[in-house]
Amino acid sequence: MKLSIFFLFIVIIFNFTGLNSAENNDEIKNKISKNIRCLICQGQSVYDSQSDFAISIKLIIERKLNEGLNENEIYDFLKNQYGQWISYDPEFNKKTFILWISPILLFLIGGAIIARKLIIQKL
Amino acid sequence: MKNKKKKAKVNKNKIILSVLLLFFTFCFIVLFKGLNNSNIYLPPIKTEKILKNFNSKELYSENKISSDQIFVDSEFYAINIWSSWCVPCRKEHPKLMELSKNKSLKLIGLNYKDNPKNAKRFINEFGNPYFMIITDKNGIISIDLGAIGVPETFIINKDKKIIKRILGGLNERLLKEINLILK
Repeated sequence: MKLSIFFLFIVIIFNFTGLNSAENNDEIKNKISKNIRCLICQGQSVYDSQSDFAISIKLIIERKLNEGLNENEIYDFLKNQYGQWISYDPEFNKKTFILWISPILLFLIGGAIIARKLIIQKL
Repeated sequence: MKNKKKKAKVNKNKIILSVLLLFFTFCFIVLFKGLNNSNIYLPPIKTEKILKNFNSKELYSENKISSDQIFVDSEFYAINIWSSWCVPCRKEHPKLMELSKNKSLKLIGLNYKDNPKNAKRFINEFGNPYFMIITDKNGIISIDLGAIGVPETFIINKDKKIIKRILGGLNERLLKEINLILK
């Protein structure tokens, strides 16, 4: 009796883990599609859009996940296909360095100005 | 002594003011110029991109067909993505009929997310410029090509390299450009 209950437990647990993995796949799919820009819509991610383009991209993401590709590989595939613009997360390169560096620079300049003022006040 | 300090302060204020003014005019000019820019994004066209293999179905015979069977013996190919529900496709159709007269090019129609009945009715109504029509029921082939929507045309050479990509419908000017490439 105990043994059968034990087996029942195992079966149930395995069933749930199976369910869990399917859910995970869906979650990853949603996460990726939220980070991908719908190229023919204005200001919408693929996740938000119901355009033909977005529907196809979602389908592609699902297929690639089923093929065993991970998240980054799918981003790379889409970037290779449509260019940097499709990703909401710009890479650090020649074209985007101002974007990445300017906040740090502004912070440093601002900090320097404030520091100078404080020093002058103390003097 | 006091006067000198005052003068220095006035000068400093003037400098700050002029720098600010310059900064704002700079911003104004940049943003004003940006107003006229098109906000439609065109993905970079990779000419070195080689066509991936794909499988599809023929529209009329409904036979399965792979890309290897399509790209065989012609000097150039054009893949035209079209659909019966797409209005610009109707507009560009006469241009496709014109393009199909060019013997060095095989025009392949990729029927995008369409109902086969409607697609056939479209062809009956406007004529068939295509050497072959294959179907893309869920848009996967178009995405593999790097297409965004309909209509879109890819010119491909015999090495299966994409040499030109046209977003939107064909017109007189684009047709001339294509004919220049084919020469």
